[in-house]
Amino acid sequence: MSDHAQHLQQLAAQQWLIPFFPLVAAAIQSLLPRSARRLSATLTILAMGMSCLLAARAFWATLPVGEQHDEVARAFFNFTWFRFGTTALEFGFILDPLTAGMALMVAFVGFWIFVNATGYMAEDENFTRFFCFLSLFAASMLGLVVANNLLLLFMCWELVGLCSYLLIGFWYFKPSAAAAMKKAFITTRVGDIGFFIGILMLYQHTGTLTLYNAEGTGALQQAGSLGQLAGWWGLSLAGTIALMLFIGAMGKSAQFPLHVWLPDAMEGPTPVSALIHAATMVAAGVFMVGRMFALFTANAGDWVMDFVMWIGCITALFSATIAVAQFDIKRVLAYSTCSQLGFMMMALGAGGLVAGQFHLLTHAFFKALLFLGSGCVIIGTHHEQDMRRMGGLRKYMPITFWCYLVGMLALAGVPPFAGFFSKDEILVATYHHNKLAWVLATAAAFLTAFYMTRQMFMVFGGTWRGGQHDAHGNETTGHDEHHGHAHHEPHEVSWNMWLPLVVLSVFAVFMGWLGTPWLAGNLFHHYLAPEMPAPEHANIVVVLSVVVGAAGILLGWLIYGRRPMQHAAEPDPLAGTLGGLFTVLNRKWYVDELYEATIVRATQALGTLFRAVDKLVVDGILHAIAWIWWGVSQLFRWIGDELIINGGFDAGCESVRGGGRLLARLQNGRVQTYLRVMALGAVVLVAIYFFR
Amino acid sequence: MTLTLGHYLGMSAILFAIGLAGALTRRNAINVLMSIEIMFNAGILNLIAAWHFRYFESLTPQLFAVFAVTIAAAESALGLALVIAVYRHYRSVNVEEMTALRG
Repeated sequence: MSDHAQHLQQLAAQQWLIPFFPLVAAAIQSLLPRSARRLSATLTILAMGMSCLLAARAFWATLPVGEQHDEVARAFFNFTWFRFGTTALEFGFILDPLTAGMALMVAFVGFWIFVNATGYMAEDENFTRFFCFLSLFAASMLGLVVANNLLLLFMCWELVGLCSYLLIGFWYFKPSAAAAMKKAFITTRVGDIGFFIGILMLYQHTGTLTLYNAEGTGALQQAGSLGQLAGWWGLSLAGTIALMLFIGAMGKSAQFPLHVWLPDAMEGPTPVSALIHAATMVAAGVFMVGRMFALFTANAGDWVMDFVMWIGCITALFSATIAVAQFDIKRVLAYSTCSQLGFMMMALGAGGLVAGQFHLLTHAFFKALLFLGSGCVIIGTHHEQDMRRMGGLRKYMPITFWCYLVGMLALAGVPPFAGFFSKDEILVATYHHNKLAWVLATAAAFLTAFYMTRQMFMVFGGTWRGGQHDAHGNETTGHDEHHGHAHHEPHEVSWNMWLPLVVLSVFAVFMGWLGTPWLAGNLFHHYLAPEMPAPEHANIVVVLSVVVGAAGILLGWLIYGRRPMQHAAEPDPLAGTLGGLFTVLNRKWYVDELYEATIVRATQALGTLFRAVDKLVVDGILHAIAWIWWGVSQLFRWIGDELIINGGFDAGCESVRGGGRLLARLQNGRVQTYLRVMALGAVVLVAIYFFR
Repeated sequence: MTLTLGHYLGMSAILFAIGLAGALTRRNAINVLMSIEIMFNAGILNLIAAWHFRYFESLTPQLFAVFAVTIAAAESALGLALVIAVYRHYRSVNVEEMTALRG
C-alpha cells in the first residue's frame, strides 16, 4: 500500500468528523435559551467552518497525484454498529472524489448561507430554534454524503426530510406554511417507500448494505452479478433495485410527478429555501443516484437509464414552462430548481455521471446565490415577494443587483459563467445518447434564459412600483405582514447578508472552468471518473446552446426590458400574447388541482366508505345483538326478578350501596394518585421481599 | 474501569426513577407520557444488559427488546392521540383536571 493510499485510509476513518461538528452544535443549541442568539449563531457558523476545513482537507487528499491517474482514489472505513445474532450491521464512511467534492460544496455553500441567515432572521424571536434546525440539517446532509452504507445513508436521508419539514414549517402559525410542511413530508414519503423497497431488495440479494468493502463483497461491488439476474418488469435485478432507488430520488429531488412539494417549500424562511434548493435536500436525490450509479449501469439492456433520462427531461421542460408565468420572486427560482434538477437527472440517465454531478455542484453555488439574493431583495423591500410590486431595485440595492446578475447569467448559461459549462456538458451527454431529449433540453435551456431575464427586468429594471396600491386580484402573495413598511423605499442590506452573495458570485463566475473541455481536457472529469472516457465534444451543441441562451435573453429584453412595467396592477405583457395558456402556466398546469381531485378525493372517499361500513354493518350487527339480549333479559325480568328477588333484597342492596359510596371516595379520578399508591405498593412489596 | 452488569442496572434504575418521578409529579399529560417512555426504556435496557452479559443464550431478549420498542412506539402514538382527544374536550392537558372518572 502506497503512502498516498494509507493517507486516504486514515482520512476515511475520520470522515465522521465532518457531520459531527454541526451535529454537536445542533445538540448544544437545542438546550440554549431563546435569548442566546449571538452564541447560537456563532456556534452554528463555527461548526460549519470546521466541517468546511475538514471537507477541504479530504478534498485535497483525493486530488489526483503523480502516477495514479487512471483509477478513482477511493478509501473507506467500515465498522460493526451492532450484532444481531449472527448478522452484523455495518456502518461505514467513504472518501472518494464524489463524496469529497459534494461534502466540500455542502459545507462551503452551507457556511455562507448560515452567514446570510444571521441577517435574514435578525428580527425573528425564534432565532436559536432556527439555527439549531439549520445545524441539524447540515449535519444530516453531510452524514448522507460521507456514508458508505445504504442504511446510514437512508437514516440521514430521512433526517434531511425531517429537517426540511421542520424548517419549511418554521413559521408554523401560518396555515400555508403548516400545509407546505406536511405536503413536503408526505410527498417525499411516497418516494421513500420505493427507496426502502430498493434497500430491502438489495439486502435480500447481496446480504449487505455496505457499499464498498475491502473484500470486494460490498453491495455496489456486486452490482455486476446482480445485473445478470432477472428482476421485475423485464429489468435485471440490478435494474429493478435501481428503479426503486430512483423513485426515492424522484421524491427527494422533486422530479415530475412528485415535484409538487418543492415550490410550496417556499413558505420557509429564505435561507432555508437556499439550503434546500442548493446544498441539501434536493441535492440528495441526484447525489444518491450518482452514488448508486453502478446499479443503474449494471446491465446495458435495462430501460431504467432511459426512464431516468426521460423523467429528467420532462421535469426540465415542464418546470421551465411554469417558471415563465410566476410572479413570486422565490417561486420562479423554485421552478427553475426543479428544471435544473431535471437537467441533472437527464444527464445521469444519458450516462453522463460527471456532467450530472458537475451541474449539481455549479448549480448549488449559483442557485444559493440567487436564493440569498432574493432573500436580500425581500428584506430590502420590507417583506415584499411579488415581482410586480418591485422594480428599479438596481438603483437602491447595487451590490445585490450585481451579484444577482452574475447568478442569473450563470443560470441562463451564458459563457463564461459556471452554468454554461455544466449545462453544456449535460447537453453534450444527452446529444450523444438521444437526439429528441437533447432538443427538448435545449428548449428548456431557452426558457431558462427567458424567465431569468424576465425576473431581472421585473425586479431590478424600470422604476420602483412598491408604493402603489395593488388592485390586481390574480394571485397575490400573502407574505406581507408589514403593511406599515410597504410605502418605504427599498434599501441595501447589511454586510452579513451581501458578503455571502459576493463570495458565491466569485464561484459562479469561475467554477465552470474546472469542467471545460478546453482547459487541460476537463479537469473535473479526470477527477471524478478517470476510468470513464470523456464524452466527445460536439460543436453544434455548444453553438446552439449559446444561441438559445442569447435568444432567450433577447426575447426577455424585447418583452420586459424595452418597455418596463409602469404599474403593479398592469397585466403581464406575456399574458396578452399567450392568453389562456398563460393562466394554465401560472396555475402550474393544474397539477395540484389534479392531485386534489384524484388522490386526496379518493382517500377521503375511502374514508367515507369505511365510515359508512362501520355505521351500517358493524354497528348494525352490534345493535342487533344488543336488541336480542335486551329481549332475553326482559323475559327473565318478568319471570324471575319481579316475582322472586325484589321481595327481600332491596334492603340488603341499600347497605351495599352505602358501602360503595364510602369506597368511591378513594376513586378521586386523579391518575397520578393511583400511580403514587401503586409505586408505594411496589416499594412495600420490594421491602417485604428483602426484609422478610 | 470496565462496565459490569451492575452499572447497567444502576443506570436503568436511575432512568426508571427519573421516569417515575416525572410521571408522578408532572401536570402536563405530554410530560407524563414522556416520563412513561423513559421508564419503558429503563426496562428495555435491563433486558439488553442481561443479554449482553450472557445471562441468556438465545436471542429472545433482543427480539423481545425490539418488540418492546415497537410497542412503545405504538403506545406513544396512541397516548398522543388520547392527549389530543382530551385536549379537544377539556381545552387543557393538565392531568389534575382530568377527573371525570371520579367515583
